[in-house]
Amino acid sequence: MTPRPLSREDPDRLYTVTGGRSEAADDTLDLVALIVAEDEPAAGMQSEHAAILRLCQGSPVAVVELSSHLRLPVSVVKILLLDLRDTGRVTVRHPSSAAAPAAHQADLETLKQVLVGLESL
Amino acid sequence: MDSKAFDPPPGARTGGQIAGTPLRRTVRDALKIVIVGGFGAGKTTMVGSVSEIRPLSTEETMTRAGIGIDDPGRVKTKNTTTVAFDFGRISLDAHKVLYLFGAPGQERFWFLWDQLFSGSLGAIVLVDTRRLEDCFYSLDRLEAHAMPFVVAVNRFGDGGRPTLDRVRDALSLDEGIPLIDCDARVRDSSKTVLVTLVRHLTRLREPSAVQEATS
Repeated sequence: MTPRPLSREDPDRLYTVTGGRSEAADDTLDLVALIVAEDEPAAGMQSEHAAILRLCQGSPVAVVELSSHLRLPVSVVKILLLDLRDTGRVTVRHPSSAAAPAAHQADLETLKQVLVGLESL
Repeated sequence: MDSKAFDPPPGARTGGQIAGTPLRRTVRDALKIVIVGGFGAGKTTMVGSVSEIRPLSTEETMTRAGIGIDDPGRVKTKNTTTVAFDFGRISLDAHKVLYLFGAPGQERFWFLWDQLFSGSLGAIVLVDTRRLEDCFYSLDRLEAHAMPFVVAVNRFGDGGRPTLDRVRDALSLDEGIPLIDCDARVRDSSKTVLVTLVRHLTRLREPSAVQEATS
């Protein structure tokens, strides 16, 4: 594995960024949940929180894109996002699949829309 | 080219803006398709050939608790698995965006698959005929997860041999699973693979297909 900044990161620091927390199982964010900033970065804010708010101004950004741009593991970004959501600084557009009754059960209407979108590429 | 070939664009960390094409403000639903395959099968190439953004890379980590946990001096060397993966996206319409993930197929990265597959429409198994055995594990796991998939043979450099029939045989693929040729470097070819998958998913959803599958 090519060393990247994250790989050289002190695990203790990543632990500190999240305050040592891990996600609750019933409160997970999907990799492609879309995040929208509802607030501007403010002075005194944890720098990672401020960075997320800057990235999500204007257009929604998927969790996984935030992770890539911040160079933080997905699991760390999720915890940071839950902080921001719980304080009303971001809103989350959950994927429709999160509400689907069972795994791998996209409805026909969605599939047809995907097909139309792909065929017009 | 494989799953760690791309770094985030320079300056993305401090620029404060997402580089490249931002999503439309109206987008409210993101869908997923996962491309799995062995090392070097062309996953990142396929993502890149159809994505509207240059493929991005990120990481997920999993820490196994309980190893060295009683010895604070060993905390930093506890057993952490890091997996890098690539992704791209295609805006489908004003409200929907499709994310494509390239997922390494090795067994030790299975913890990532669960996250990627959760809510995914389906999967593409990308095959390099010179290393057919690389996708056995992926096929097993997809079947175990009841994740619908198609198989695409990346014909880059194999001269069109072996034939699809031979590949189907070698992989013990059920007749109902679409198997097609592709060139992952070519946008139209990758697009055809995606369309083949979504058509397959559509057929699986139609009541007649369900009856056929269970009869």
